[in-house]
This record gives sequence, structure tokens and C-alpha cells, in this order.
Amino acid sequence: MEIPYAVKPRPDTGLYNAKVGIWLFLASEVMLFGAFFSTYILLRVQAPHGFWPDVALGWPHGLLNIPIGTFNTAVLITSSVTVVMAWIALKQNQFARFRKFMAVTVLCALGFLAIKTFEYREKFGHYVIQLNDGSRITGHLNVNGSSPLLWTLKDVEAAKLEALKVEVDIPNKFRFPVGHPIPEDIHKAHQAGEHHREREIKVSDISSLKAFIPSTHPFFAIYFTMTFLHGLHVFGGAMVLFYFGFIGSGMWKTDPERFTNRIEVGGLFWHFVDLVWIFLFPVVYLL
Amino acid sequence: MQTATTHPGSGAAHADSHAHDHHEPSFLTKYIFSSDHKIIGIQYGLTSLLFLLLGFMLMLAMRQQLAYPNQPIPIVGGLLSKVLGNDMASQGVMQADLYNAFGAMHGTIMVFLAIVPLAFGAFGNYVTPLQIGAPDMAFPRLNMASYHFFFWGGVVMLASFFIPGGAAKSGWTSYSPLATVADLNNVINGQTLWLIGMVLLITSSLLGAVNFIATIIQLRAKGMTWMRLPFFVWAQFVTGFLLLLAFPPLEAAGLLQLSDNVLGTSFFLPTGLVYNGKQLDVSGGGSPLLWQHLFWFLAHPEVYVLILPAMGIVSEVIANNTRKPLWGYRSMVYAALAIGFLAFIVWAHHMYMTGMGTKIATFFQTTTMMISVPSVIILSALFISLWGGSIRFNTPMLFALSFLPMFGIGGLTGLPLGLNASDIYLHDSYYVIGHFHYVVAPGTIFGLFAGVYFWFPKITGRMMNEFWGKVHWFFSLIAMNLIFAPMFIQGIRGMSRRMYDGGATYFSVGVGADPGILWLNKFITHAAVLLAVAQIPFIINFVWSIWFGRKVDSDNPWQATTLDWQTPTPPPHGNFASTPVAHRGPYDYSVPGAKRDFTPQDQPN
Repeated sequence: MEIPYAVKPRPDTGLYNAKVGIWLFLASEVMLFGAFFSTYILLRVQAPHGFWPDVALGWPHGLLNIPIGTFNTAVLITSSVTVVMAWIALKQNQFARFRKFMAVTVLCALGFLAIKTFEYREKFGHYVIQLNDGSRITGHLNVNGSSPLLWTLKDVEAAKLEALKVEVDIPNKFRFPVGHPIPEDIHKAHQAGEHHREREIKVSDISSLKAFIPSTHPFFAIYFTMTFLHGLHVFGGAMVLFYFGFIGSGMWKTDPERFTNRIEVGGLFWHFVDLVWIFLFPVVYLL
Repeated sequence: MQTATTHPGSGAAHADSHAHDHHEPSFLTKYIFSSDHKIIGIQYGLTSLLFLLLGFMLMLAMRQQLAYPNQPIPIVGGLLSKVLGNDMASQGVMQADLYNAFGAMHGTIMVFLAIVPLAFGAFGNYVTPLQIGAPDMAFPRLNMASYHFFFWGGVVMLASFFIPGGAAKSGWTSYSPLATVADLNNVINGQTLWLIGMVLLITSSLLGAVNFIATIIQLRAKGMTWMRLPFFVWAQFVTGFLLLLAFPPLEAAGLLQLSDNVLGTSFFLPTGLVYNGKQLDVSGGGSPLLWQHLFWFLAHPEVYVLILPAMGIVSEVIANNTRKPLWGYRSMVYAALAIGFLAFIVWAHHMYMTGMGTKIATFFQTTTMMISVPSVIILSALFISLWGGSIRFNTPMLFALSFLPMFGIGGLTGLPLGLNASDIYLHDSYYVIGHFHYVVAPGTIFGLFAGVYFWFPKITGRMMNEFWGKVHWFFSLIAMNLIFAPMFIQGIRGMSRRMYDGGATYFSVGVGADPGILWLNKFITHAAVLLAVAQIPFIINFVWSIWFGRKVDSDNPWQATTLDWQTPTPPPHGNFASTPVAHRGPYDYSVPGAKRDFTPQDQPN
């Protein structure tokens, strides 16, 4: 038994089955990410005025590394271009060229994930410290020269430290969105090229210490959820493209048309993953 | 059947007959890991019928508690306290936690594990490719994966009864923050498993929806134009889109709530949340209203997922048993499409009481009134279709006919709930329970029973017993009404839907007097027992007929026109003996001048 139009397009719709399937699937994906973006909007519009950490639940700005994010965007867009080039190479019957572009695509995907992992790790070592006087500072810990990840106050107590060395952040200018005046002292520090100031804080003065993890603030919660799910899509897509391009590429010999269709469908998914990032990047990094 | 040898050229039947010579498929590949839409349909059907029974049993235990609060549950009480522990059922008496768990799981099981898989997974899978003249679904292996996700989703849900703390107990709606704080002692609690189970079930539905829509778009037989599709196929098509687009937001919401429960985030937890006199150690800043929006964005379209396939089945049965074309087929199709669109913009009528504001409430009240119009169009067309028909009152037809007024009652009693002002009074009362059960129980489930009796001979090659079918129908219809009609009265007189002793404490201590509705608790419970008894003939009839029912005398025992009946019985792998071509509309019954009172779709002019 053979399923009709599994490879050849159906004359009246002009599509083969998998192409209909992937578009439908992408429609559901739009709804999935749509729900996450809606969540982002709702959480943000109901956040109190003022910026975190000055206001406990104010919406944070400028916590993410924009140059790295921009570079990662470029990496992902490059992979979107190369996946099309790979498909075109197949259409032109150039298998070796197809392989090259496929390899670049998968490498870009892995590069993207590596950079993202680096960004995550940076967040896990970044802390918000609430002091007993009610003020909050953010910064990295310096415990005997190393910067510990995912500590809580319990870990500080377990390490039997009396005072904690903290590289306190001087807020970068993205902390203050367009139209918001940058305080004089911060402006001066920036001009002097200063990003951190080391401070010693007595442990007994600290009322809470939390890394930049999802449970610390709704911003981190939605940032990690969206970027992690997007990363999962990147990973899944990269695995499938790797399979098509290398392990399962024997189909090129037995059934070239179906193989080319597979690459087209995989490429459509890949463009979608790229597109999600193109929305995600400005929303969480820039706005 | 003697199909294979007569058409050696046609791939499907040919391959089937030869498969036996070369490699006999093992039991595992034939029945468990099958990619044949018919086997998958049967898998869905049997699994979901079992879940239907389980959901009903949970309800019986709850009804016992409502009617006779704090008395041991007869028969199963001892077993429950032994298996689930004394926290749940002390000396066989249902505790509040168990009542809440059963309530939440009754809703979840009935909606996500029984009715949707039966209506969409079972009937949709078995019948849709046959009716459009396709050899199988567009993506057979995806179809198999869809069933297996569903199965494991069900296993996770069942397992949640037996873990410490018991199953989810925050209602099938799982409102936050209740769902997050309901069981703080166990990190992996019933709610966690509920969410994991839901993610699996949603994945299953999404795979199914993609497959159904692609199949209907791509695999229609030659000549099977859109307006020649049987209404059942249209209903499945719209249902597919509802599932495809409405379920992902719930998947998102489920993941976010899972993160709230396990990772300690605050997506749905407001600032300063106090529980048991203690402020919770969470960041806050989340929105409980957000969960409700995401949940109902699925759960209202879900109502139409429940009802549309039943309407499809009922339409097929009515056209067949009135022996005339459906009246207003085109209007019905457009109405179904209108429902599919409007279903996405009515969700917040479940949320009038949340204080989301009168302007928003007015918008949703308006769209809610609008969506009743296409539903009424379909129901009216079906009623008018009866006019002048020479009606055969067989079991499927009796169920289909009962569907019409029962769904009518369910729909009309929904109007006061859709209106902002009257909903303030009726919200969260037994009136609501009566309303949606009229839609789903004697509505959808009767439609599904009609389908079971109607397609049983195609699936098994044997008829179900007519007499016992009619007994099943008669007592079910009586019992359903005795159960759900009194709930309207209870609700109007102020009985809340969430009280685990049926309002005994509330009315004696809180209000001071019973407004004359507590006796109805006992009445309804006895009617529910009658409903249980009325299902015994069905269960025996169903199982017995598989092996011992009267054999069908032809491939088309109901003299039906649609392509599903123009196949061998049961249809072989690949379905059709020769590739079918549609030459006419789906309901050419009693065509003037024709030899017989039905002209199959594939019969050339």
C-alpha cells in the first residue's frame, strides 16, 4: 500500500503531504510561542513601576549581554541562509555542495547553543543580594578567587564566611531605557570605564542571596523558559538536519525527490526556529 | 472477505493477501505498534471506552458521598481505604481530599481521556479515511505515535492516584495558585503528574490534528470535492483545527505551571501570597488570571471539540435512517466553519467573576451570543432533515434522535451563563454542572453511542443486538435526565458545585436551613445508579457481539451512501478493493428514478 502524494505534489493543492503537515505543525508552534509571548507581555505590563533591583518586582533592563545576543542572532540567520543553499544544491544535483552547506548549518546551530549555554552560566553566577536595610545590589561573588554558581544564603553559611567579597555591578546604560536620565555618578563611572566595584559585605548584613535563576524574578522565569524552549527547538532541528545531511543521506541515491522534500521540510522548520529568535531577541534583550 | 484475489492489480488488497505468505506480522506489530488507521482507531476506541467507564465510576463514588455524606462507600469503600490509605478514605469514608481528587480526575479523564479520544481518535481515525476514499492517513507512523503518547498520558494520569498525596485535586481547570499550593508536602505530587500527563495528551492531540487535516486536504479520492465530503468529515476537519490551534497555549500554560510547582517560579503566583498563615517563599509578580486565560483559550474550543464530532456522527446516522439527504448541508458546513472561528474568541465568558472588567465581559458576552447561532443552524438543519423522512427507528437512530433535544437543552441553558448579569448569580453552582453535562453526557455521549452501534458492523462484520441496544438507549435516556435536570433546580437555589458533602454543612451551619434541595442529592445518586445499571446491557452486548453477534449479510448493512460502506468488511489494509472515485454528493438517498433508495457516492451516473 502506498500513501498518495507522499512525494509528488497533489495537482489541485500543489503540495505534497509533508509540506501540508509541516505548515500545520508550524501553525501550532506559532500558537505555542504566541502563548509564551502573551505571558511575557502580561507579566511585564503588570510589573510595578521602577527598575529591578531597586523595586523588588520592577521589570529589569539591560541584564542580558546585547553584543553576544546580536552575534548569536547573526549565527542563527547564517544557518537559515545555508539551509536554503543546501536545498538549492540538491535541486541542482550537487550533493557535495549540499553536504558542505548542511555541515555549516549544523555547526551554526551548535555554536548558537554553545553561546547560549555560556550566557546561562553567566547568569547562574550573577547574584542579587538583599541587605537587612532593605536595599538590593547585584554582582558576582568572589570566594577565594573563584565565582561560585547557584549559591544561596545557606551555601554562604556552609562556607563559614564572615564577609562576602562582591563585585558590585555598576548598572550599564541599557538599565535605563530611552528617555530615562542616567544618574550622574553612574555616568561618571561609565566614562572612567568602570564596570564593577569590589565591596566586602558582612554575611550578617545579608537577608537573602539569589542567583539570576527563574525563581528569582518573573523576568528570569519567562526569559529562561522561552530561551530554553527555543534552544530545545534549535537542538531538535539540528539533530534532524544532521540526520538528513549525514546519517540518513543514503536516500539521495534511492529516492532523490523524497530526500529533497525532506530537506525542504526540515528547512521550513529551521526558518521557523530562526523566526522565533528574531522575535525573541528584541523582546528579551532590547526592549 | 474475498476481495484480494479479484483485484490483483490494485495495490492495497493485493499487498494484504500476500503479506500472509511472506511475513506474518506478529501480534505486536499488528495490534500494538500498528500504523493502520483502522487498528489505531480501534485502539483509541477500546482505551477511551475503558476510561469512560472509569470516569463514570469516580463520579458514582462522589455521588455516594454527596447523597450520604460521611458514610462508608458501599462495595469499594474498604478497597479504597486499603489502596489509597486512611488519609483518603478513612474506614471506607470518602475524605475531602479524595472527593477533590476524584472530582478533578473525573473531569480530566472524561474530557481528555474518554470523549476526545473516542470522538476524534477512534471515530475520526477509523471513519475519516474511509469516507474520503483514502488508503490510510497521510502520516501513518505519526498516527501510531499519537496513540502511544495518548496511552502514556493515560498511564501517568492513572499512576497519580497512587502516589503520596494522591491525584490532582484542584479541579480539572487546575486554577493557580490553588494548583500550586494544594500539596506542598510533595514536590512530585498529583498536580505534577497531571501536568506531565497533560503535556503527553496534548502532544498526542497535536500529532493527530496535523495528520487529520493533512489527510483531508491531500488524500480525498478523485471526484471527492469539498462539497461532496460527508458532514462527519467536515466536523472532523474543523475539530482538527480547533485542536491544532487551541491546545498549544494550554501546553504552554502547563509547562509554566509545572515550572511554578517544581522550579519555584511565579508565573501564576501573585505578590505576597499567604498560605496557611505563612507567606510563601516565592518571588511573586505572577498573574493567576493569566492561567485562566491560557486555560480557557483551550478549554472553550475544547467544548466544540467535544460536540462537533458528535454532530458529525449524528448527521451521518440521521441521513442514513431518514433515507433522505441532509436538509441544508451547505449551511451546516458553513455553520461548522463559523463555529471553528468563533470558538477562539469566546473563552473569557468562563471568567466573568474574575473582575476582568465590564468592557471585556461585554465583548465576550457578544461573541458568546454569536456562536450560538451556527450551533442552532446545525441543530435546526438536523431537525428539519427529519421532516418527511421514512425513519428507521434502530438503535443508532434512537441515540441520534435523543441527541437533538438533549443538546438543545444543554445549549439553551448555556445562554444565561453566557450573559454577564445572570452568570454572576449562577456561576460555580450546580446549574453550571447541569448545563455542560446536558451538552456532553446525553449530548455528545449519545452521539458517540450512536456511532458505536452504527459502525460496529463495519468494524467487526457483526451486528450488535437491537433489543438490548434499545434497552440501553431507553434507560440511559431516562436516567440521564433524572440526573441532570434536578441539578438546574439545585443550582438556581444556591448549591455550590465544590462542596464535598453536597452542601449538608453549608446549609445547616452556614445558611441555617435547607432550601428544599438536599433530598435531590439522594434522588440524583439513585438515578446515577440506574444509569450505571443501564450500561450493563451495552457492555455485554458490545463484548458478546464482537464474537457472537449476527453476521452482516452485506458490506453495507444500513444501505448507506458514503464511501466507508463501499469497502470490504472489515476493510483490509489499504481499505478499498479498487481505488474509489466519487461521482456524487454524500447523501443521495431516495433519488427519484433510481432503482434503490440509496445511490453510493462511487456509483457512476
